[in-house]
Amino acid sequence: MTEPLIAVDNLVVEYPAKGLRRDPFRALKGVSVDIRPGETVGLVGESGSGKTTLGRAILGLAPVTSGSIRFKGKEIGSLHRRERRALSSEIQVVFQDPYSSLNPSLTIEQTLTEPLTVQKMPKQDATARVRNLLDQVKLPRDALSRLPREFSGGQRQRIAIARALALSPEFIVCDEPVSALDLSTQARVLDLFKEIQDTTGVAYLFISHDLAVVRNISHRVAVMYRGEIVEYGEGDQVTTNPADPYTQRLLLAAPVPDPVRQEGRRNERRAFLAAQAAAS
Amino acid sequence: MSEAAVSSGALAPDISSDIRAARSHLARRFLKNTLGIAALAVLVLIVLAAIFAPLLTSYDPNAVSVLNILQGPGAGHLLGTDGAGRDVWARLLFGARFTLAGALLATVVAAVLGITSGLVAGYYGKWFESVSSWVTTLLMALPGIVVLLAARAVLGPSLWSVMIIFGVLLAPAFYRLVYAAVSGVRNELFVDAARVSGVSDFRIIARHILTVVRAPIILQASIVFGIAIAVQVGLDFLGFGDQTIPTWGNILNDGFTNLYRDPQLVIWPGLAIVITGVALTLFANALRDELEHSARPSRRRRAAVATAAAEPVPPVSNTIVHDEPDTATEAPLLHIEGLAVGYPQPDGSVTRVVDNVSLNIGRGEVHGLIGESGSGKTQTAWSVLRLLPSGGEVLEGSIQFDGEDLSKVPSAKMQDIRGGRIAYIPQEPMSNLDPSFTIGSQLTEPMRIKLGVSKAEARARALQLLGQVGIPNPERTFASYPHELSGGMAQRVLIAGAVSCEPDLVIADEPTTALDVTIQAEILDLLRDLQQELGVTILIVTHNFGVVADLCDQVSVMQKGRIVETGPARSLFANPQHPYTRSLFDAILDESPARGPYAEVLPR
Repeated sequence: MTEPLIAVDNLVVEYPAKGLRRDPFRALKGVSVDIRPGETVGLVGESGSGKTTLGRAILGLAPVTSGSIRFKGKEIGSLHRRERRALSSEIQVVFQDPYSSLNPSLTIEQTLTEPLTVQKMPKQDATARVRNLLDQVKLPRDALSRLPREFSGGQRQRIAIARALALSPEFIVCDEPVSALDLSTQARVLDLFKEIQDTTGVAYLFISHDLAVVRNISHRVAVMYRGEIVEYGEGDQVTTNPADPYTQRLLLAAPVPDPVRQEGRRNERRAFLAAQAAAS
Repeated sequence: MSEAAVSSGALAPDISSDIRAARSHLARRFLKNTLGIAALAVLVLIVLAAIFAPLLTSYDPNAVSVLNILQGPGAGHLLGTDGAGRDVWARLLFGARFTLAGALLATVVAAVLGITSGLVAGYYGKWFESVSSWVTTLLMALPGIVVLLAARAVLGPSLWSVMIIFGVLLAPAFYRLVYAAVSGVRNELFVDAARVSGVSDFRIIARHILTVVRAPIILQASIVFGIAIAVQVGLDFLGFGDQTIPTWGNILNDGFTNLYRDPQLVIWPGLAIVITGVALTLFANALRDELEHSARPSRRRRAAVATAAAEPVPPVSNTIVHDEPDTATEAPLLHIEGLAVGYPQPDGSVTRVVDNVSLNIGRGEVHGLIGESGSGKTQTAWSVLRLLPSGGEVLEGSIQFDGEDLSKVPSAKMQDIRGGRIAYIPQEPMSNLDPSFTIGSQLTEPMRIKLGVSKAEARARALQLLGQVGIPNPERTFASYPHELSGGMAQRVLIAGAVSCEPDLVIADEPTTALDVTIQAEILDLLRDLQQELGVTILIVTHNFGVVADLCDQVSVMQKGRIVETGPARSLFANPQHPYTRSLFDAILDESPARGPYAEVLPR
């Protein structure tokens, strides 16, 4: 068994509620996840389930109330900003919204060189590295001098991936990176993620609300519901033959793109819901 | 790889020049604004005149000459002399130095104080935010002129100290602007991304936040500069300024004292002040106009605009029609023929977003219009409702609804049809409910107008509808406000609203896209049940093949503004023929195999 790259143990995240004597909002209620080097763990759940909060906690963007987050055995749950910055070359992020994750007034080259210059890389090396990154995400070289608004959603997401890859991190949090994309673009960007993983050995925490997307890219899948992980296991098993009732409901709710089989699934779902209602 | 290296070398100069071009984008557009450039030229002239004052006149602005009092323009003195025999032209030139420098001092003080406190308060928030907001409110409540007069009484008539104090009083103008902009940007994802990239807070503020607010700051600075000049001139004119230095206000004051002996003396300082003020205002206006042009395009409407650099798609060919199993004998409810929708561009050309679209929707049919973003599916739906975004128009074709051409009926008639015979279910339920009215009032109002029923009748019907769309406690929902509902509930309310006036056709624009998948399943069930109960016709716009498979009898696939394939859902799903339709089916992940188990990798 490989030593996990990231080990989240019994993590609790609370956001203070507005007003005195109000109970804080508990976004994560004791979550445990481990991710090995070069592995993709898919995190699936509906809005408000806490999946984004888990990603942000690993990135140091959400407050850790209790529990631990260890990266290569070292506790990173509550680091100071300065210590946190040292981790930037190892843990990176790709966000969902390709429209607000790139600064509209910086050129692509400025966006991509920023993490490199922060690490004091000489300008010449940084320029070479940025060109290399564009090749890696399959964007044309002349993209460098342009502004984000000149690109489509899929291309912007490629730029965001290039930025995440700039420092050759070992781990990337991917927060719904394909949800805002069109169907065919989505498939191509997922292929790009897999290809990058195969060549660089980077590990992903891949957050999505879409079971089909998570199934496509993940080795293992965790299902979140109301701040807790209700099911965690091999991707194929969780996404085709789930054990937890919530995961079952999630799977049956996703419509199959085939009128005949969807009718079958619809009936299956109704029977399942009726059985659940009868049981409770 | 070698080829790439070669081409990159050749491209390098182009890239660096392009970056400069992108940076000077605003400057370049500003240069095309004639009024703005003229105002800027005037301002530059005035500043140059102030700087090179000793070269433009040989007189000392303060040299009193009893022999030369109130001489008219001409002779040795270009604009004549004033009541103390001082050369007016020289005083104006040197006065510009003091007046402009004073105003600049006030502006710089205001900008430094306002921008730094605005940045810190906006970015970090917490206690600093509360304190600075409090101080700002206090400063704004102070009567400026009174404070300045009091300061003069204490500190004596010094131009510089008065301008520093005025700068402090003006700081809120910058503070509020920067604070609002920064707290808007603070939570943008690109700021988070920069933090994850290890960028320090200082650098994030300087690079990511200041770049977003710099343009409005320039605009505000030119306004504040103008105000500072006006106040300074006003104080000097009233005689509260430092009489020992030439300022435009002092010159004006002197001219005013001699108004009856030599009226032209008030004209020159007056002109200088007016020209500077007008130039500043015009410059600021021109800058604002150009800034507003460069505002980010709205995210929601981006489908309407042809994307500058779209990902490659297969070429478009003619529509493939799957045969109907039994051809309908009845005339279709909606018959669209050769529809083209376009957006006229400033350069006179027209961007066509829908082209030659023909569609038949029979009574009681559920028709799915599927396509990717920018395919024109939503534009087609909006043109049926005659609700195209501003600038959009139907260029060609007809939209026959129950025998009437909707593209030609007068707008008053269309008003009747919309909401009455044709209803609409939007994509984002929350933004389509007015937050300041209860659900009940938003449901009953259209019924009272469209159906002409009494208030009590409308209420009874609304409650019945809420029950029908599966809302557990209709009475409570009826009395609640939109923010008290979840997204799924809000969509149920909108569906109830859509069917409340017994429409013949319901247009649903991505009705489940914003919802969670379990809620989506419930909404799809609801739409199916309602359709069967009421026999209503539904045109559903979506990008999700699962939604089409679940709900639709007929389906049309759109690509780049055209319908590429149409037919009964079962036949089209079983046997997609157009290459584009096939490429979409291939991209569906539901059918793809799972990634498979993790294989251990060697540590790098």
